[in-house]
Amino acid sequence: MNQQVDQDHAVQVDHHHDDHHDDHHEHHEQNFIEKYVFSQDHKTIAKQFLITGIFWGVVGGLMSVLFRMQLGFPGESFPILETVLGKWAPGGVISPDFYLALVTMHGTILVFFVLTAGLSGTFANLLIPLQVGARDMASPFLNMLSYWFFFLAGLIMLASLFVETGPANGGWTAYPPLNALPQATIGSGLGMTLWLTSMAVFIISTLLGGLNYVATILNMRTKGLTMTRLPLTIWAIFLTAIIGILSFPVLLSAALLLIFDRSLGTSFYLSEIYIAGEALVNQTGGSAILFQHLFWFLGHPEVYIIILPAMGLVSEVMSVHARKPIFGYMAMVGSILAIAVLSFVVWAHHMFVTGMNPFIGSIFVVVTLIIAVPSAIKVFNWITTLWRGNLRLNAPMLFSIGFVSLFISGGLTGIFLGNSTIDIQLHDTYFVVAHFHIVMGISAFFGMFAGVYHWFPKMFGRFMNNTLGNIHFFTTIIGAYLIFWPMHYIGMAGVPRRYYSYEAFEAFNKFGDISLFVTTVAGIVFIVQMIFIINFFYSIFYGKKVTEKNPWQANTLEWTTPINPGHGNWPGEIPEVHRWPYDYSKPGAAEDFIPQTVPLKAGEKDLGH
Amino acid sequence: MSAITLEQHKPQAHLPALKFALWVAIASMIMMFAALTSAYIVKKAGGNWADFRLPDIFALNTLIVLLSSGTMHLAYLSFKRNHFRTFRISLGVTLGLGLAFIIGQYQGWQSLANIGVHLDGNPSGSFLYVISGVHGLHIAGGLIALLITFVLSLIKSYKPIDELMLETNPDKNTKIQMLATYWHFVDILWVYLFLFFYFNHL
Repeated sequence: MNQQVDQDHAVQVDHHHDDHHDDHHEHHEQNFIEKYVFSQDHKTIAKQFLITGIFWGVVGGLMSVLFRMQLGFPGESFPILETVLGKWAPGGVISPDFYLALVTMHGTILVFFVLTAGLSGTFANLLIPLQVGARDMASPFLNMLSYWFFFLAGLIMLASLFVETGPANGGWTAYPPLNALPQATIGSGLGMTLWLTSMAVFIISTLLGGLNYVATILNMRTKGLTMTRLPLTIWAIFLTAIIGILSFPVLLSAALLLIFDRSLGTSFYLSEIYIAGEALVNQTGGSAILFQHLFWFLGHPEVYIIILPAMGLVSEVMSVHARKPIFGYMAMVGSILAIAVLSFVVWAHHMFVTGMNPFIGSIFVVVTLIIAVPSAIKVFNWITTLWRGNLRLNAPMLFSIGFVSLFISGGLTGIFLGNSTIDIQLHDTYFVVAHFHIVMGISAFFGMFAGVYHWFPKMFGRFMNNTLGNIHFFTTIIGAYLIFWPMHYIGMAGVPRRYYSYEAFEAFNKFGDISLFVTTVAGIVFIVQMIFIINFFYSIFYGKKVTEKNPWQANTLEWTTPINPGHGNWPGEIPEVHRWPYDYSKPGAAEDFIPQTVPLKAGEKDLGH
Repeated sequence: MSAITLEQHKPQAHLPALKFALWVAIASMIMMFAALTSAYIVKKAGGNWADFRLPDIFALNTLIVLLSSGTMHLAYLSFKRNHFRTFRISLGVTLGLGLAFIIGQYQGWQSLANIGVHLDGNPSGSFLYVISGVHGLHIAGGLIALLITFVLSLIKSYKPIDELMLETNPDKNTKIQMLATYWHFVDILWVYLFLFFYFNHL
């Protein structure tokens, strides 16, 4: 039990309001494995998710640089590629199979491992217990399992990069029959088997995490913390978890049926198919479109699983650093709810070209366009939060503002793509690539960066370097626009995505200069991200130390814990909440912030309701 | 320090929240089976659908599973009322019925194979195998929890003092309640699946 004392003295003090326990915890250290590896402390698990996410971010980003090299310099030889990639880059040119594998793995890794696990996993774990006033999650053990299932999923995916036949290369959407038949493509063999296994393990991880998040938020809020006094971060994470719990099982079903089709001879997705003039045995009339329905029933909610936590983080960071209450708190909550509900009824807008009935298509068009309403409400509220605020233009705030800019730019092109008539032209072109990279890729990254710069002091007791943060911000936002803005134009010109080379197409080949430009900027932006990574790891050990509990003068509960909180978060009793979290610059108050733990004065109104 | 404080140092699961988490997990399982049965409907509407008679044994299994829900509820009630003998017996009967259900389902698969419906045949048969198989895994999970609880209840019965602890420990009550909730869920899930298959094979 001695090992546990340090970790849990706070819990213990809660049970016995004595001081005599405190003298125990100084003498006993938890061993390394319990404290840093198989830890059940939500804060450590959050750091594990973040650092694993950063690792995958580098891997996934590097893959995009590699395939951009092929697009920018088609057919040109880079001897170093052959040295590093061996048979996948014969003569220093990336092979077509490996190019497709890079595109597939880039999508899979960024969507699932970085922007789902890395983003939700980090901030849900860090912020839920700290901001709702709980010692830990509902089940710290399941929480730990959630991380280790994610880790295992990552190991399997990583292993698939090194198998003889290469990783999966049929697209991150894993459509059959391309990904169902090992004869179809080299990556559809062992690579795809590992991909499916990894995804199944990943889904288990997401579900275990999600259960905990929902149960903790609904059952373990501290006294006085009503749902309408929750910070918007928690609201966003809460609905993200619910979306995940309801949509990931559907992906599991889809993957399960695909596994049966691949390995056990069923034909759920396989219609009569001829390979080399011979009909496949047993394949009696399955439906490939069925997979698309099941896949996009998760796939579309998945983009909100990615963007909602970023929205929550941005709302909180923006309010703190604008020294203003978030504009339209209830409208923000309502729009998150609306987005969560609508996310389940729009999946077929990914399938306008599958030959669906145009009447059904038009229903999905209408529902899709309605999502613009809550999205616009949120954008309006962020801008009005900034309006006449007392802005602190530090790195977290800059990234939040950048998020809003990117979300508007990317969201507007969503209106084009949501219309089936326009989508049929733009489908599978670079216009789509530009749209979703800006609206959910880069935006979500900006929300994540804002969160990391803002909560770094809570995670490690030190600050990240702000000058490096500013450089990181300005080069990344300019770079992101330079990369993706031109893609809209070449997309409108009809250039299809995922192609290995456009040299054979007179109509597309003339965009070679733009492609080269995009590749150059992508390389620079990737290198600039190293500034962030160096800043992150350097600051963990050598950053400026946090000297006060509440360095940002913020209202939420996490800033009432000690600078380096132990397991259990509060050394004494859990604080009670008396007001909503956005009392910034309240007229008549002595300071420009009033923490949630400060009781309402006589006659003072709680603005939360 | 005493044994009681020792327990408090371990990171504790928050039981009321876990009970709630079970319901959330059930929602997630419902989505999984909703996906599978909708896929079934969509595929059936798409044509090329072999028809066959649903083996009768699935109806018998449905009765078994309903009965096991009854004995599970009896176990839960008797635990609450401190009738530990009845608790142990009905828990054991539930376990037996659960095993009988699994064996019955396997028999069902055999009768399917006997009438020429195989996993790798027409999707109408494949769906039946896959859906009942995934449901079987959920039953198996419940059986493992049942077995652990049953074995613990037998061990405790030799030590009256432990039995007393069991009785006065509200955590245990919550755990039994969660076990019962899950068991009823997988049972009702099978009733739904059976009716679904039954009406699709009329």
